[in-house]
This record gives sequence, structure tokens and C-alpha cells, in this order.
Amino acid sequence: MPSITYVHPDGSREALDVPLGTSVMRGAILNGVDGIVAECGGEMMCATCHVYVDEPQLDRMPTQSDDEKAMLEFTASERKPNSRLSCQLVVTPEMDGLVVYLPESQV
Amino acid sequence: MPGPVVAIVGAGQAGFQAASSLRQEGFDGRVVLIGDEPGLPYQRPPLSKSYLAGESGLDELWLRPQAFYEKQGIELVAGDAVVSVDRPGHSVRLASGGTIECDHIVLATGARCRALPVPGAELDGVFALRTLADADILRERLARARDVVVVGAGFIGLEFAAVALAAGAAVHVVEVTRHPMGRVVSAQTSRFFTKAHRGWGAAISLGTGVARILGDGRRVTGVETGDGRVLPADLVLICIGVIPNAELAHDAGLTVENGIVVDELLQTGAPAISAIGDCANFPTRFASGRVRLESVQNGVDQAREVAARVAGKRVAPYDKVPWFWSDQRDLKLQIAGITAGHDAAVLRGDPESRGFSVFCFKDGRLLGVESVNRPADHIIARRLLERDPRLSPAQAADESYDLKAHMARPR
Repeated sequence: MPSITYVHPDGSREALDVPLGTSVMRGAILNGVDGIVAECGGEMMCATCHVYVDEPQLDRMPTQSDDEKAMLEFTASERKPNSRLSCQLVVTPEMDGLVVYLPESQV
Repeated sequence: MPGPVVAIVGAGQAGFQAASSLRQEGFDGRVVLIGDEPGLPYQRPPLSKSYLAGESGLDELWLRPQAFYEKQGIELVAGDAVVSVDRPGHSVRLASGGTIECDHIVLATGARCRALPVPGAELDGVFALRTLADADILRERLARARDVVVVGAGFIGLEFAAVALAAGAAVHVVEVTRHPMGRVVSAQTSRFFTKAHRGWGAAISLGTGVARILGDGRRVTGVETGDGRVLPADLVLICIGVIPNAELAHDAGLTVENGIVVDELLQTGAPAISAIGDCANFPTRFASGRVRLESVQNGVDQAREVAARVAGKRVAPYDKVPWFWSDQRDLKLQIAGITAGHDAAVLRGDPESRGFSVFCFKDGRLLGVESVNRPADHIIARRLLERDPRLSPAQAADESYDLKAHMARPR
């Protein structure tokens, strides 16, 4: 299983094995990582699973849909070029070692 | 001395959020979350969408895993009902016999499906869809259903119809009004979805109800419509709206009128009892007067507000923009605000392209926006409604008018 590292705003890190085909959001929820809210459950309605993807790894991510781009306008924390909705990051073998940074707040 | 205790009655999305937000707000007393369904709290929206279609599993339904409740110190009482709450709000009694002494009660009791009072409604093969147990049965029965009749063309009915068609069944939707989803969307949006479902192959009968459900004595065989037609059916879904679960509040002497009546702080007549989510009837500037809303957003946002107040962090009137969504095959409907009662509706975009929004106004003021496959419009609408919806119908209808710039303009 690919390993995904979630980095909290205070710098603490949680590395988790997330099954292939599961989203980075769901991986966090199932393992009780604080800092991902995901109130709509992955329907791209709420923008509360916002993460910043480690810049050098950005090109390993799936492309952004128009829905995701629109929702990123609605994040509680600043939108940056490496902002993604983690519900849209479905884990592939290439994502092993992915590092995502959690924003200060999701709501 | 023991710390304060909050009892949350109902472990749906709103109840779960109240428990979770109490901890986020630093509440360090006892949090007891009581639900009458077995198992962990779960999300309902996928029950009529991806879960029903078999595209997602149980793991994706749980709001949080078991360990979350232990870690957060949330006492989850699952599979037990609350049979009474006392009027000051200092105890709740459980069906299993126990009593929980508490300092605050949050009623998040939700709603239940309205029954169709016609002969035959008790036949095998006639279902409702509200709970995980309902969805599990339907998932299994849908796999071998040939003729599906859906009674009621609201969100759930049309979502179910779309999934049933994709599963290979013949689908007939019967709606007593002339407007599918007419309680929540404009005539334009309603017509668009009616046409879309017909295009996918569903039959839709409008303006007629159901006279009786026919069976062979045990199993359903058909539905007789109000206008005398017999539609063959081996599976019937009744989805004609819900009734708020307000009996506990009523029995405790609280005011009930289309739900549990609360003030702008979401407090009932008893300050130590709050009500949130599908069961709560609250005042809002986004409607003329009071509303009761059935949505994830409403439950979650109200839960956060009550949690902040109970934890002593913030006391503010509840004032969030309502939003809703529905997925029907390749169509994503997103609604910002409450469009009911509009006196003008303008179109932005072209329904033929399957991407458009309907901007609804009353007395020249924007009430809400229904978007189909136009997420950017939806997001802008939420922002506009939150701040200052000073947008004219002409601006909304003009595709060359930049809404994003409009939103960002100085006020």
C-alpha cells in the first residue's frame, strides 16, 4: 500500500498506508487524521478536505476537474498553486511517498 | 465535581457533527451521542447515489471510524432510542431503561419517510429509502428488479430512478404535482430534469397520484394510478417526503410546528434544549420567515453553531447560506439559497449544452441559484448570498458579464 504523509500546521507528521483506489481524504478520515473535515463526503460540494501537495510531487497528481477548480475558490485557508481537494486524489502506485500539508483551518 | 454533560439525541450527520464540534471547541465534559440505528454514524446522501449503485462500500459511508469516538471521548450509544426528554433539559431516558443526567440536550432527531396511505402499501416489494438498512435491501432487490415504479419525484425519487435505470430496470416515476422536485426548484430546472430522465428512458407521469398498490396477496405486482392506469411493478419506492421526528419535543411540552421550533440561536423554549438539522424549524433571512431544511449543510452548520454556544465559545444567531446538491447520472444539480417564492427566474447558459444556471429573484433581489454542471456559478452564488446579493436579473442573464468580478467589487 502506498504511504501518504499528512503534515499538520504545527509540523507534526502522520505517515499512513492508504489502499490503492482510496482517496487521500478517505485515508485521513479512516485513520482519524485531524484537519480533514470532508463534510460532503467527497461530492465536491464543501471544500473542507483542502490540502497543499508537496510541490515537487504535483505532477504525479490527477488533473483538476472544473468542479474542483471551482470549489477551491471556497477554501477556508488560502488557495495556493499547490492546493487540491484531497477527495479527488485517488491513490495510485505512483503516489507512494506523497506528502500533503494540512491547512490551518477547513471551515 | 463532575463536569457538564451534553446528551445528543440522534446520531445522523447533525448529531455526529455536534459531538465532534463540541470537542473541537474545547468542551471537556461528557458527550453522549445516542442513535436508534445500529452501528457507526454514517452519511445518508450516498444511499440514493453511489452506495445504492454499488459504486461505493460501507467503508466510504462511515463518517468516522470507531477509534475516532474513543479518541475524542464521545460516548456513542448505538441501537438505543431515547423515549423521553425532560422539559428543563436535564435528563433523557433510554428505551433500554437507563437515564442519562445532563446539562444540555441537543435534539438531532432527523425525519422519517412519509407513508403512502393506500391499499397495498404493506406488500412485499414496496420500500422507502432513508436508512442504511433500507439501502441494503434496495441494493439487493434492485439487482433483480425488472419493473420499478417510483412514487414521488423529489431528489430521492429521481436519484433512485436514475440508478434503477442504469441497473437495467424499466422505470416509471409517478408524481402527483406537475413539477418534479417542484418544492425546491424552479419550473425551468424541473422541466429540464423531467426531459433528461425521459431521455434516459424513464417514463414519468405527472399530475397523478397512486390509487392503490396491487399484489398477488404477498408480493407487489403493480401500481394503479389516480387516473386509472395499471403500471406493472416488482419494486415500488415510496418517496413522498418526510415527517420531522418531533414527538420527543412535543411530549416534553416544547413548541412543534413543522418541526421543533427554535429561535435564531437554535434554542427551543427551554434554554437547555437545542434542536438542529432536519427536525428543526428555524428563522432565517434566506426565506420569508421560518423554514425546516433537509440537507447535510444545514445539519452540519447548525451543529457547529450549537456546539460553539454550548462550549461557551461563541453565541451568535445562526446565519449560514443554505445549499443542496443532487446527482442524477451525469447531471450535478447544485442549489445555493432557497429559491421557493421567486417571482422572476433568468437563465445563464444553455440547457441544451447541459450546463446552465437559473438565477431566481424576488422583488429584484437574488433569492437563490440552481446550477446544473456549472459549479463556478454555484460557488459565486453562495458567496453573493452570504455577503450582498446585489445582482440584477440582466447581469445574471448576460454570460459576458463577469460574475467573479462582480463578487469582488467594493461595496
